[in-house]
Amino acid sequence: MMDQQAETTISAASVTTTGTKATRALGIVCLAGTALLVFLGLIGTPEDEVQRDTVRILYIHAPAAWVAYLAFGVTALASVFYLWKRTRSLTWDRIAGASAEIGVLFTAITLATGMIWGHLSWGVYWTWDARLTTTALLFVLFLGYLALRRMPADPHVRAKRAAILGIIAFIDVPIVHQSVEWWRTLHQDATVLRRDLQVQIEGTMLFTLFLGFVVFTLIYAWLLLHRTRIAVMEDALDEHGLELALEERRAEGVPDGAPEGLATT
Amino acid sequence: MFRDAALIAGKDLRIEARSRVATNQIAPFALLVLILFAFALDPDRGILTRATAGLFWVTVLFCTLLAVQRAFSIESADGNRDALRLTALDPAGIFLGKAAAIALELLGLEVLLLLGVVVLYDASLDSAGLLILTALAATAGLASAGTLYGVLAAGLRVRETLLPLLLLPVVAPVLIGSTRAFEAALSGSPSDGWPWVGLLSVFALVYLALGLVAFGPLLEES
Repeated sequence: MMDQQAETTISAASVTTTGTKATRALGIVCLAGTALLVFLGLIGTPEDEVQRDTVRILYIHAPAAWVAYLAFGVTALASVFYLWKRTRSLTWDRIAGASAEIGVLFTAITLATGMIWGHLSWGVYWTWDARLTTTALLFVLFLGYLALRRMPADPHVRAKRAAILGIIAFIDVPIVHQSVEWWRTLHQDATVLRRDLQVQIEGTMLFTLFLGFVVFTLIYAWLLLHRTRIAVMEDALDEHGLELALEERRAEGVPDGAPEGLATT
Repeated sequence: MFRDAALIAGKDLRIEARSRVATNQIAPFALLVLILFAFALDPDRGILTRATAGLFWVTVLFCTLLAVQRAFSIESADGNRDALRLTALDPAGIFLGKAAAIALELLGLEVLLLLGVVVLYDASLDSAGLLILTALAATAGLASAGTLYGVLAAGLRVRETLLPLLLLPVVAPVLIGSTRAFEAALSGSPSDGWPWVGLLSVFALVYLALGLVAFGPLLEES
């Protein structure tokens, strides 16, 4: 307990910015990759024979879904590392929280792009398809996880509860998926809006989709690094904030002429 | 462990029996919800009959929230949580006991609700075996997941609003499974319902296991 708090303080003193040379380079790669992805996705690739231009949404949709699952997986893994006594450190907690936030963001992107695509190709924004429903539930599950993280509490108390919740939420996903899958298949025949629009992917289209996965994963890494460091700085501010405020008050309390000598103690 | 569980369950049920919160507030609330559904869904057009299973289990879900909140609010007063830890009872036993007490309350409530849907929604209770097994499996799942999330949210400042957000998405499979199984039972084709009972049992077992493992660490801090 004590050494972990010491660890926070030390890292707090050393971190003054969330960027380093490495992350700046990574950021530049992300920007360049995104630019290339936008170019290829909108101009460089031909339109699909069946889906026409709507196929272009998939270059964002599929990578976003992948990053969302990756992020939630990282959250669960980091939660396990936090709970395991030999690797217990608030760093894992921060990584779990940061990853969950990014995961929720990318789940929202997945749902939004999926709905736009659905509206264009199926005529409706939403259908109670197994995959859609599972993703929506996943979104709400991790919104709950983030809500729990916002609760004011001792960092280690909160970290432990969040870690347990993160793992439970992750374990719940297969059960949810199974139930929703059965729900749609046993209850009624699949709707008219089936996904038999087989996309024939070749050449530049395949490359663009692959590029999308790479770029989105890099963006995830970039966001995760920065968000984790912001969490370190937030915790440092929490710890130093009180000391700073105390010092300021003390300095105010001293009569004119002698504040320097006291304020430095 | 089971002796501890029996002690805790006995204590919780005795508190409920004496304070009568469950009988005087939660049960009337459940019946009220049944009536509100009838207002919302115009009973004359057959919608109620078709939706009976779903409405039944949504009502049970709402009551689960109330029961879980109630089960942990009696532990929050007067430092009961610390007292509970000082008793040196096995945490797994405490979990089992609290879950069992919630499950028994919910089962009582479900009997009442079944009477309610028979009287108010004109449901006919054929295939009683499927109905009973579904109710048992679903209630075990709801009670164990509810107890686990109850202690997770306990002691936090805004737990009343946090608990529904955490618990409801997690028990979505229970709602789906129990509703489908009940639908099969009520419409007279029970063979469609059995896979769902299996799923509900898996859910209950997973959450029982998670609760037994995680309850101790969650109770320790706070």
